[in-house]
Order: sequence, then structure tokens, then C-alpha cells
Amino acid sequence: MTDAISTQSLTRRFGTYMAVDKLDLQIPRGQVFGLLGPNGSGKTTTIRMLCGLLAPTSGAASVAGFDVLHDTDALRLHIGYMSQRFGLYPDLTVRENLRFYASLYGVSGSTGAARCDAVLHELGLIERASQLVGQLSGGWKQRVALACATAHKPPVLFLDEPTAGVDPAARRRFWQTIYTLAECGTTVIVTTHYMDEAERCQRIAFLSRGRLIAIGTPDEVTREFGQETIEDVFISLQRRDEGVLT
Amino acid sequence: MRSQSLLRRIDGALIWPMVRKEFLQIRRDRLTLAMLIVIPAMYLVLFGYAVQSEVRHVPTVVYDESHTPESRHLVETMAQTQNFAIVGVVRSRQELATTIQLGRARAAIVVPPDFARSLKTGHVAHVQVIIDAADPMQSAAALSGARLAALVLPAKLDPASARHTPVIDVSVRPWYNPALRSSTYIVPGICGLLLTLSLGVIMAMAIVKEREEGTLEQLIVTPISKTSMLLGKMIPFVLIGYIQLTNVLILGKLFFNVPFRGSLLALYAIAGVFIAANLGVGLLISALSQTQNQAQQLATLMLIPSMLLSGFVFPREAMPVAAQWVGALVPLTYFLDATRGILLRGASFQALWRDVLVLSLMAAGTLALSINRFSKTAS
Ligand SMILES: Nc1ncnc2c1ncn2[C@@H]1O[C@H](COP(=O)(O)OP(=O)(O)OP(=O)(O)O)[C@@H](O)[C@H]1O
Ligand SMILES: [Mg+2]
Repeated sequence: MTDAISTQSLTRRFGTYMAVDKLDLQIPRGQVFGLLGPNGSGKTTTIRMLCGLLAPTSGAASVAGFDVLHDTDALRLHIGYMSQRFGLYPDLTVRENLRFYASLYGVSGSTGAARCDAVLHELGLIERASQLVGQLSGGWKQRVALACATAHKPPVLFLDEPTAGVDPAARRRFWQTIYTLAECGTTVIVTTHYMDEAERCQRIAFLSRGRLIAIGTPDEVTREFGQETIEDVFISLQRRDEGVLT
Repeated sequence: MRSQSLLRRIDGALIWPMVRKEFLQIRRDRLTLAMLIVIPAMYLVLFGYAVQSEVRHVPTVVYDESHTPESRHLVETMAQTQNFAIVGVVRSRQELATTIQLGRARAAIVVPPDFARSLKTGHVAHVQVIIDAADPMQSAAALSGARLAALVLPAKLDPASARHTPVIDVSVRPWYNPALRSSTYIVPGICGLLLTLSLGVIMAMAIVKEREEGTLEQLIVTPISKTSMLLGKMIPFVLIGYIQLTNVLILGKLFFNVPFRGSLLALYAIAGVFIAANLGVGLLISALSQTQNQAQQLATLMLIPSMLLSGFVFPREAMPVAAQWVGALVPLTYFLDATRGILLRGASFQALWRDVLVLSLMAAGTLALSINRFSKTAS
């Protein structure tokens, strides 16, 4: 079996700015993979390239076996993407949003309705199904966005800061959902600024200024940098990075 | 290979979720909905009543160069229609012109010297009615009065000749407003203007809103193709366009008694391409703008030529060539020509093929261009 995601020197430039610089990643199927790094380090840009939303300046990447540049149409059937801005329609209800996105993946009709109900139950959204998304609080919106990204059971799921602004109990629930998905074979790529969440990933990668500077299991990475926790690694890496600059 | 055909099959069906979603959103947007109902009525009242109400007794001067019993009879007949009120007699073209310019009279009946002779020898006798057409109500009244008189008079003079082709030819020379606006003439125009005003903007806003709110990016990640996506967004607005059109037509019939001379089916067919062309313009606007504000401004900018150069207010024939050329780029120009042809003249679909062709090209062109532009902005 090939890897769920593999990139070769994936690069994206905005003008002269290197947002992602020669990224090489191999992520096996069914893994929960954390993408970490300070603000502006290129996490979102990487994910957008892997979703076929943004053309790489150079390099190549394949996701779920499809080339992101040439096989975009097939690729889209096999991925789910929860963006940092979670694109939901505020003037539609929770269920309407979910049914709409699911139907765009061909999950429609009575099977679609059943599937959507199941997802609403799983994420504890069923009581809010008829509420307009615009009236929900941030954390609830996030859950709806996760529901929309997973209703079609994509083999590869991209979650860009899915738990930003979510309360601790809901975060725990989020992660349970993520593990359940991974157990069923879904590859999950997740970005986060919460280091306790980073510890929960099977493997993590550190990005800094678009470069991959560390990759491995949380334990490996902590040991490699001689630190106690991932948070310490994060801070020391950032300090080192700033030191290089000044 | 199998996955390829699967993709294609799914995609055709993906338009409908898009359409359904769009309808859901439109249904919730009460303001827009209200506007779609209220605006047609408002426009009709504004433009329609402004040029409506029947006018009689248009102050008229007579310039009789014939000085014969026949010519006096003609003038009398015209006065009897009650549309003209003879307020005086002028003795030269010069005097006639100043009288109208000064507003002492709104119309003039000019009987040429050979009027009686032509009648007697069986030739066509010419009469000229000059109208200060700046006021469309008065000119319409004068026009119908003159035509009526021309019809009635020969029979009065010589009942036997009435069966033949009209022997009195009234040529009407409208001054200042050669196109002779009247409410029946305005209503078809309102149909077109209304569709132009609302559709382009609504379409552009609907897409730019998705871009601003980040849902567009989410849509792009789904398997729906850009073409299906844009078509799916368009279809509900085509329906809205038809509803507006129907509204104006019904109101126009009820309140202004606009004649429906030609085929309504032809009208609706042409409206289809016209609506598509306007939505295409809206899509182009959305491809060019990043924010709803920009879209609004661009749309307003695009409306100006539609308002001024399409022939809605000012006749295109009287415009400088450059303005005519710009007017020729505007979909409304062709739709006005077609609707006026159908409603007022009873023109057939075939007679209007030129308008249909141009509108179809515009629709196809704007659509293709915006789908093309759209894919570029997305990646
Ligand atoms: N469309 C764009 N045009 C120009 N520059 C961009 C664009 N998108 C991202 N960038 C730049 O690329 C860099 C990386 O941005 P990116 O959004 O990938 O960071 P990130 O790691 O996701 O940050 P955060 O943690 O804040 O979400 C930033 O400096 C950003 O300004
Ligand atoms: Mg980001």
C-alpha cells in the first residue's frame, strides 16, 4: 500500500516569500498526523496545496494516490477539508449545511439523510440540527464544520485548527471523533496550537518559515531536541529560529 | 477509467443540490424577496404613470396653405376628435416654429397648398402634424387624433372613396422626442431595465458573498465542477428573472393596457437568453471583484450604459455614433428592440432573430469568460 500522503520538494512562493520550502512528507494510511509550527509557518498553505486549492510553485504531492496538480477532480472525491475559516452558510441550519455538503459528494437521498443523522448524533449536534449556523457559538460552528468535512467518509481528512476556541470538554470529544475515524482507516492531518493535542498525534512535523525542521513521534521529537515536553520543543525551536534571524 | 465516468455522472447531478441550497438561502433572505416583488411595481408606477393618463385638447395652431373648403373641413374634423384644441392660426413656417418653441402650442397642423387639388385628382393628399414630443402624453394624443381624422375625413368628403387606400396621408413629425415615448412604449422597457438592474447585481453578490465568507473555498474542495457550481447558482436567478418579468407584464396589462400583440412564448424565449446574458455579466463582475462592495460598484458602473444608451430613455437613432456603439454592447438594447417588437408591433420570433442571436452570443460569451476567469482565481 502506498502512503496516504507523499510530497516531494513541495514548494509554494508568494512573490519572493517562501511560504512552504521544499517539503518532503510521507504519511501512511490511518495515521493521525499533527502539523505544528508558529503563526505563518506555512501549515495552512501546505494543506491548501494538498487539497488542490493552491497550485504548488514547484515540487509534487500525491494524496490518496492522486496527484494534487493533475488529478484534482478524482482527489476531491477522496478528501475532507475543514478550513481554518470553516466555510459554513450562516443562513442555513445545521442540518441544511450538512445535507448540502454531503450531497455534493453524492451522499444524498434517503441514505444521505440517514448518514447525516448519524453524524449529527456522533458529534452531539442533533438537538441543534434545526438551528441556523449563524446563531451558533464558535465552538459549535466548529463541530458543524467537522461534521460537514466527514459526512462522506473521506479516506484522507484535513483539519486546519479544528479546535481553536473550543472548550476543553468539546476538545476531548473532537479528539475521540478523530481517533474513531483513524481506527476506521481515515488518515487525519491536523494542525493545532495546543501542545496537549500535539502529544495525542501518532506523528508530528514541525514547520518553521515554511521548512520542515523536525518529524517523528512526539516522544522522538522531544528526545531529539533534549526537551521535556512538546511545548518546550516548540518554544526552543522558535527561539532558535529567531536567534538565526537576529 | 471507471472512476472518470463516475465523476462525470455525479457532477451532472451535483447542480441540483446547489440549486436547492440557493433557493433555501433566497427564501430566508426576506428583504431580497420583498424587493423582487416591490421593485417591479415601483418601477412601473414611477415610469408608467409618469407618462400615462390620457391627454386631450392639445393646444394646436393651424398653418393652412391650401385655404380651401376641404382644408377647413380637415381642420374641423381634427378638432372634433377632441385631441386638438385649435388655439390659433399661423402664416409662416417661421411663426409656427416660434409658437411651438415658446410653448404657446404643442402641435401644429400643416396643410400644404396642393391639398385640395390632390384630393380631387385622386392623388394622395399629404397633411403634416408637427408635435412637440418632449411631452409624450400630448404627442401620443395628437398622434392618435391626427390618424383618426385622416381615417374619417375621406369618408365624409366622398363616401365612395373610403373603401380604397387612405387618400389622406398624415405624416407626423415629432420634434424633440422622435421616438414618441408613451406608457405602452415604456412598459416593455421597464421589463428589460428591471431585469438588468436586479439580476447582474444579485448574481455577482451571491458569488462574492461566498468568497468573502470562505464557503467558496469549501465548495472548491468538493467534487462539484466550476461549471456545475456556477450553473447551479444561476438557475434560481433565471427563475427569479422570469417571475419579475411576469409581474411587470401582468401589472402593465392591468394598469396600462399594454397590448400583447405578438407571441408571449416568443417573448419568454427571448427573455431566457436575455436573463442568461445578464447573469453572465453578473458572473463576470464577481470574477473581477473580491468584496461585495467592489461588486456593487462595478455593477452600478455597468448599469449606466444600460440606462442611458440602450434606447430605454433616449432614442438610439439620435445618439452620436460612439454612443450607439457602446449601446450596442449592452444586452438591454437588443431586449428592448425585441420586446417592443413583440408587444407593440406583434413581430414574430423569426423577425427578431438578430436580437436573439446577439443576446445568445452575449450570454455564451460572458458565461464562458467568467467560468474561465473563475478557475484562475480559484487556484
Ligand atoms: N494567498 C496568499 N498570498 C500571499 N501570501 C500568503 C497567502 N497565503 C498565505 N500567505 C503567507 O504565507 C505564510 C504562511 O501562511 P500560512 O497561512 O500557511 O501559515 P500558518 O502556518 O497556517 O499560520 P497560522 O498558524 O497563523 O494559521 C504567511 O506569511 C502568509 O502571510
Ligand atoms: Mg493556518
